[in-house]
Amino acid sequence: MRADSQSSRVRVESGLGKRRRREIIFRTFGLVATLVGVFFLVAFFATLIANGSSAFVQTFLELDIEYSEEALAPNGEIDLDFADFDGIARAALRKKFPDVTARNERRELNRLISVGAGYQIRDAITNNPELLGSSVAMQVPAAANVDMLLKGNIDRNVPADQRPLSDQQIQWIGQLTADGSLATKFNKALFVNGDSREPELAGIRGALMGSFYMLVITIALAFPIGAAAAIYLEEFAPRNRWADLIEVNINNLAAVPSIVFGLLGLAVFINWIGIPRSAPLVGGLVLSLLTLPVIIIASRAAIKAVPPSIREAAFGLGASKMQVVFHHVLPLAMPGMLTGAIIGMSRALGESAPLLMIGMVAFIVDVPGNFSDPATALPVQIYLWADSPERAFAERTSAAIIVLLGFLLLMNLAAVILRKRVERKW
Amino acid sequence: MQITTLILILFALAASAFYFGRERSLAVATGPKKLLSLHSLPGYYGYYTAIWALLPALAIILLWTLVEPKVIVALIVQGLPGAEQSMSSGELNLLVNNIQNLASGDVVAVEIDTVLREASLRYQELTSTSRRLLVVLTLGIAALGGVFSWRRITPQFRARNRVESVVSGFLIAASSIAILTTIGIVMSVLFEAIRFFREVSVTEFLFGLNWSPQTAIRADQVGSSGSFGAVPLFTGTLLITGIAMLVAVPVGIMTAIFLAEYSSNSVRSITKPVLEILAGIPTVVYGFFAALTVAPIVRNVGESMGFEVASESALAAGLVMGIMIIPLVSSLSDDAINAVPRAMRDGALALGSTRSEAMIKVLLPAALPGIVGGVLLAISRAIGETMIVVMAAGLAANLTANPLEAVTTVTVQIVTLLVGDQEFDSAKTLAAFALGLMLFLITLGLNVLGLKVVRKYREEYD
Repeated sequence: MRADSQSSRVRVESGLGKRRRREIIFRTFGLVATLVGVFFLVAFFATLIANGSSAFVQTFLELDIEYSEEALAPNGEIDLDFADFDGIARAALRKKFPDVTARNERRELNRLISVGAGYQIRDAITNNPELLGSSVAMQVPAAANVDMLLKGNIDRNVPADQRPLSDQQIQWIGQLTADGSLATKFNKALFVNGDSREPELAGIRGALMGSFYMLVITIALAFPIGAAAAIYLEEFAPRNRWADLIEVNINNLAAVPSIVFGLLGLAVFINWIGIPRSAPLVGGLVLSLLTLPVIIIASRAAIKAVPPSIREAAFGLGASKMQVVFHHVLPLAMPGMLTGAIIGMSRALGESAPLLMIGMVAFIVDVPGNFSDPATALPVQIYLWADSPERAFAERTSAAIIVLLGFLLLMNLAAVILRKRVERKW
Repeated sequence: MQITTLILILFALAASAFYFGRERSLAVATGPKKLLSLHSLPGYYGYYTAIWALLPALAIILLWTLVEPKVIVALIVQGLPGAEQSMSSGELNLLVNNIQNLASGDVVAVEIDTVLREASLRYQELTSTSRRLLVVLTLGIAALGGVFSWRRITPQFRARNRVESVVSGFLIAASSIAILTTIGIVMSVLFEAIRFFREVSVTEFLFGLNWSPQTAIRADQVGSSGSFGAVPLFTGTLLITGIAMLVAVPVGIMTAIFLAEYSSNSVRSITKPVLEILAGIPTVVYGFFAALTVAPIVRNVGESMGFEVASESALAAGLVMGIMIIPLVSSLSDDAINAVPRAMRDGALALGSTRSEAMIKVLLPAALPGIVGGVLLAISRAIGETMIVVMAAGLAANLTANPLEAVTTVTVQIVTLLVGDQEFDSAKTLAAFALGLMLFLITLGLNVLGLKVVRKYREEYD
């Protein structure tokens, strides 16, 4: 007996080292796995900020713009249809390089200015016709390639035929930098313009407004309907097969791929009812259906958390079932329901796959002004820009992502604060 | 008058109806204790009149806006000369479009002839008549409803019950929207898919090895017959999903184990929110990251090791998708592990097992059903994921199991087939709905199974 326990003790002790090593290995695996997620998140934000932060500033070119009468008012009056605004900007740049005369050289020089310069001059003279005949210093946007070179995104050392700027152009840019004509300023265009083919003029305002209109519809539809459904299922529904069916249904809807909701929107809202494609109205309707299950599930949890004693006290005072729910349960569950709504909205804001199905991926320059104007959404704009080959668009895509994540962060922060402030222990 | 102004006026009417209803209930109340003679609180009488003033009128506006455009177009088409009426439906659509554009003052693509001009004038006339009719009708109905309900108010009138039954009707309607959505999804995908299967046989779609969704523009065109064998799409989807699962399942489960068993509270309080952030990042952002950061790295690493890597390899898309799914797997595994009674773990430790032995030999086997359910949900999520693969996976339907080649998935093809302008009844666009049907059925099956397993398992230890 004694010998037996002795030997088993020896056996256990001889295995201990191996078992401890296995324990350490297992634990290390766990640690590594946890770090994978953290590492990815850090790498992700680092690349995002490294790529995107430079898009918030932009290179401008200071030119002495001459609002000459011959270019603007060939017939004595300012004629906005025929005036050569681009020509004015080009002439102003040429004055800085008097020795550039050859035709192809001049063309290369012109490419340093953005087409936005012409628009800016047009706006200036339209707002203030007295400028005619005068000469004013003005900062106009430089072409995207100039911007990219100065931000270091175009490599000067590669052979000239492999980069978008010629040696001559780089030399001019050097001269302009040296005499202080090139300056970087905050990139206002990114926030006030709609989409554009020119990276230096492209902005996210149109996409932001599209997202805004869609979210207005989504919150207006999904929150009341979701809250009502949750109230019914939690407080009124008889425990029968119909209620079970609805319950299973909602849980499944929450897990249906979002692209399938896009197919629904295309078939029902666009082809059947006939709402125009690309309109925020359709997008809002689709996103409402998409967020409805999220809101219902969160609202049910919030209602369930209200203790039965509240209901019983109200019943005891003679309230009807409806009065109990709307006067007592609902106000107490409201913060939780609102939290669910905010989380549903943040999911709707980031959603893009269903919007591709209903035509919200068009190239739209105008900022939408109502619920039926063609529009895109912020995530779809990111998708569109990510597809563009220009280096300058990659930078703006990152910037747009930063803006999108900023909004999502704000919404989630609001949800957390709401939850913290009204959280009560029963 | 704009519809929105009309609706605003209706709400104003309803508000005044509320006021008058309430006042009337107070006026008809008799006896020394006035309020006690009423069946309901005065507010309920107000709500009752307001509901009568508002709901029928709103219903009429809704119906009108749905039916009006179709009726007007039908009337316009009827009024066209015989030659135009015998046009094909496509041409007719174009003509109607032009008429509408001219009527609303937009640019018209064709030369404006007398037919067009007259039709557009008629269109304007019809629209404005219809609008006027709508305004008169809704305001009339609202007034009638308000007066009718106002006159019914007596002290015995059971206003609260009436109002509550309307509210409970609204609650029931709201909760059945979930069912309607499911029916809508099934119907919209099913009908188009059936139309597709009239042109392409089901067996070819399910077992064909060649996917090139072309439809002929001209009959004599080279390569005019497209082929709709979806097997390469299914294998491509499986390949990317498989890669994603290889990343997400071990990492997710090990994360859950580490957080449940080994980490201190402070580590957990950092790691959990980090994983929640990962779950909250929009998929389009993951797609951008996969296409612009991960794909080049995968390619460089692969080529430095002597492999040939496609620039849109399945590996890059799968890796990033795996990262996206980690939080889902880890939180469901966490739930499953925490649902195992603590006594089982303590018992294993008391018998002298190490923590890892207790985890591997006792806790994990007990939590396995829950974890499997979670993995099923994660697979369904990966199959339905769209943006990552649209941005980072390819378009070419290769039948391959090599993760370094470009493959395409079901969702990518749905997007490419439906984005852009096509005729809506060609086999090409209908194919997208057939793929959508497959996607819906497969994910639905996985979800039902996964949810059932997860829930059944939770109940077992409760």
